[in-house]
Amino acid sequence: MTNLFNYIDRSSPIHRLTGASKLVCLLTWSLAAMSGFHTPLLAILTLVSLGLFKFSKIKLKDVSFMLGFTFVFMLLNNLLIFLFSPEHGVTIYGSRTVLFKIAGPYVVTAEQLFYHLNVALKYTCTIPIVLLFVCTTNPSEFAASLNRIGVSYRISYSVALALRYIPDIQREYGDISQAQQARGIEMSKKASLVSRLKSVSGILIPLILSSMERIDTISNAMELRGFGKDPKRTWYSGRPFAKGDWIAMGLCIALLIFSFILTAVNGGRYFNPFM
Amino acid sequence: MDNDIVISFENFGFQYTAQAEPTLYDINLNIRKGEKVLIAGPSGCGKSTIAHCINGLIPASYPGKATGKLTIGGQNALELGLFGLSKIVGTVLQDADGQFIGLTVAEDIAFALENDCVSTEEMHQHVKTVAKLVDVEQVLHHAPHEVSGGQKQRVSLAGVMVNKVDVLLFDEPLANLDPATGKQAIELIDQIQKHTGCAVIIIEHRIEDVLHRNVDRVVLMGEGRILYDGSADRMLCSDLLQKSGIREPLYVTALKYAGVHLTEDMHPASLTELSLTDSQKQQVRDWFNRQPTPPAAEQAPVLFQSENLDFTYPGGHHALKGIDVTIHKGEMLSIVGTNGAGKSTFSKAVCGFVKPQSGKLTLNGTDLSTLSIKERADHIGYVMQNPNQMISKTQIFDEVAFGLRNRGVAEDEVRRRVEETLKICGLYSFRNWPVSALSYGQKKRVTIASILVLEPEMILLDEPTAGQDFRHYTEIMDFLQQLNRQGITVVLITHDMHLMLEYTPRAVVFHDGHVIADKSAAQVLNDPEIVAQAHLKETSLYHLAMTCGIPEPEEFTRRFIARDQEVR
Amino acid sequence: MKKFSVKTIVAIGIGAALFFVLGRFVVIPSPVPNTNISVQYGLLAFLSVVYGPVAGLLIGLIGHALIDFSYGWGIWWSWVIASGVFGLLVGFTSKATKLEEGEIGKKGLIKFNISQVICHVVCWGAVAPALDILIFSEPANKVFTQGLLAGVSNAVTTAIVGSLLCVAYAASKPKAGSLTKE
Repeated sequence: MTNLFNYIDRSSPIHRLTGASKLVCLLTWSLAAMSGFHTPLLAILTLVSLGLFKFSKIKLKDVSFMLGFTFVFMLLNNLLIFLFSPEHGVTIYGSRTVLFKIAGPYVVTAEQLFYHLNVALKYTCTIPIVLLFVCTTNPSEFAASLNRIGVSYRISYSVALALRYIPDIQREYGDISQAQQARGIEMSKKASLVSRLKSVSGILIPLILSSMERIDTISNAMELRGFGKDPKRTWYSGRPFAKGDWIAMGLCIALLIFSFILTAVNGGRYFNPFM
Repeated sequence: MDNDIVISFENFGFQYTAQAEPTLYDINLNIRKGEKVLIAGPSGCGKSTIAHCINGLIPASYPGKATGKLTIGGQNALELGLFGLSKIVGTVLQDADGQFIGLTVAEDIAFALENDCVSTEEMHQHVKTVAKLVDVEQVLHHAPHEVSGGQKQRVSLAGVMVNKVDVLLFDEPLANLDPATGKQAIELIDQIQKHTGCAVIIIEHRIEDVLHRNVDRVVLMGEGRILYDGSADRMLCSDLLQKSGIREPLYVTALKYAGVHLTEDMHPASLTELSLTDSQKQQVRDWFNRQPTPPAAEQAPVLFQSENLDFTYPGGHHALKGIDVTIHKGEMLSIVGTNGAGKSTFSKAVCGFVKPQSGKLTLNGTDLSTLSIKERADHIGYVMQNPNQMISKTQIFDEVAFGLRNRGVAEDEVRRRVEETLKICGLYSFRNWPVSALSYGQKKRVTIASILVLEPEMILLDEPTAGQDFRHYTEIMDFLQQLNRQGITVVLITHDMHLMLEYTPRAVVFHDGHVIADKSAAQVLNDPEIVAQAHLKETSLYHLAMTCGIPEPEEFTRRFIARDQEVR
Repeated sequence: MKKFSVKTIVAIGIGAALFFVLGRFVVIPSPVPNTNISVQYGLLAFLSVVYGPVAGLLIGLIGHALIDFSYGWGIWWSWVIASGVFGLLVGFTSKATKLEEGEIGKKGLIKFNISQVICHVVCWGAVAPALDILIFSEPANKVFTQGLLAGVSNAVTTAIVGSLLCVAYAASKPKAGSLTKE
């Protein structure tokens, strides 16, 4: 509960980067990965991101719990794509190389498999980066980072407030839920969906209404200490950019530009080995 | 004009926009540099409104109409505005969790500096200095839920002190603290005031606890007016507090019962400086000897038993280490101890919210481990501290009926039982009201009613009177006592010492997962070792008994309480 | 952009925290894989009505992004954006609902529900799938089916949870007029 976002405090070059530059890297990297289906690029990005992971002194067992979720999610999504549209790869790549038949419309083609490979690569080249960001960025630095990259400090501070109050609200949810279960609300599968939702409202109503009372207290407390009087503010956890930050951001922005150029030169978003 | 005056109310009045009547009338009040003032009064007397006027939340957050004049730091308060005032007045709010907005202690202390655009480096220096002053420099990088309630309050104090304010305003600083921590808070406030020379305003209705350290003046309020403004000594010699429904220091009441005539030069405001002549001490001893011994409670058959209960949280925190507690039918007892001593884990284990690894819980001889949460609730009811966390229906009737309807009880049976419960709880005439129309104390009753309707043999209440003034406290506790007389076993989890003393003959003390004492509340509070371990405070009656040469302070306490309940 | 009041900032922060806790820990499984019954949309619709469209947008964006962060499965931007857009749209369409004054009534509830259903359809039936196709080139029939199912289940959830919240909130506001004991 203390560490919902799995920040792991170690000393590594990645940890030393400021949150702001890591955020820039995360955004540009994801955008580069999202923009195209250029398979070699995606493969290289995957390898690099795995390499960076090693570099950050974050061990596999630190994130195994998160990886588990991701793996299941990825598998299900690929399965669904195949179930819904076994010929999707054929449409994209414009050729049809049948490998084997399963049943009915379900035919496995090389193009479909290649498409699935691309979808999988899109995940695998961004997931390590997201995990890296989460594991190496102190939540305290997060709001300062958002503000640094141009988000207004007011909105940045609401992110900080969310992070601050998540554990409180989680605990409160647990307490209220237990007390209401004692009064007999039923959330297990025994009850119908509608009655389950009504039951859950029996927890949510007190939780949310008392949280809304808290909103008043917190905003009073913030105003009493001068929040919002100036057009800007400084951050206790903010750090100035160092050389490493500029290099990391430079590389990631270059990567993004490169991926755009690649799409333009390639004449499309897809790398097509079938033509 | 007097240069020393930092805050000056002149013929000041205030009326909230949403209200039909003014909340403050004709307030004339000066507060000087370096002065320490206690503003006391029952809920709704206008003391919080005065605080809001001083810190600028009025009119910034609570609009309304002001009359007369309010000058702070030589300037008109209205012209200064909220942000201008924040440079002069630092406010420590009652809700420490609401005021702790940073992700860590250090960030929270730095909050005001961040808003002033102070450079990061300077900020780090500044935070360190202030943290040292309030003794939180060891926990600078801790998250809010990793520090204790007392530490949170210190952080709040540090967070306003960074502004180098002239006035420190404390809004009910004792409300959420255990007695020992509250005592430390009062000591810290005193120390900070001496160190910084700030004016200190404490808004509180727990007079005895605030008077642990000297205050320059007490301002007593009632119904929007100032009833008294002067020394604490003079106030205690009068009967103003009793008339306003505020609790006097217990030793003062005891002296009055003994017929001792109090005068200012006896210094009744301070337990340590109080001077009694030999004949006055004799008066107290005579009174003690005259008072009858209250009858001891009879032993009823066993209702509930916890044997060797052991529980460790998944994270490895060993919360209960072999708990043995026996509760008898029809008892009313309190479970006390610091935060983290295991008392709330114990109540969770009793209700089935957590599963103990070993040990046994029985109720009327049946093993509770075979029952689900819902089934246990038919026998043991649990009432949360804050009624707003339990109420999920908009109508009182529906709220009380909730548990029965969830159990599939037929609707006419529901009606009969709900109406009966509402009658017991004195809520029958409100049965068709929306919950929102009720006061906090009435809401508390509704939550108790919503548990009683399930006809449990025992109810467990978490801090039933937290944050309540004397009148509401009495109202809630008298109600519980009345239920208890009707045969319901009542278990209270609390760190309110008055509650223990006045309402529960027996107290079970938790410390570090163990039960370290299980005896009468008076015995517990007169045992210095247990008092220290459980973060309680010795009652002032103990000191008074000692001063007067009464060798049995416990018995003195018991006789006092018995007498006090007769009088009230 | 106009300056937010501090109260709105706090509402966004607490709202996002609530959205996160409900989305992350209150899991009611639905028959469709990858898609849970998401009670947080009932909350989001309600908060958008109370605090307005911009707050709704940001609560959805921040809350959903934090959920994705905490699972570590990368940020599913298409759905994060759709959550934000949902908050925004509900906030706009339900602007006139007078919850603060303690009034909701049948008419208000019907209006709230029509608005939320349309917004869900737009967000999960159009915005999210369109972004999925744009970013991941996923097959259209897959994403539209998924979106539609999510939309329907979210709309049902919002109809129950959101409406109950609106009623409870309106009832918690003091109303003019006196009550008599009977």
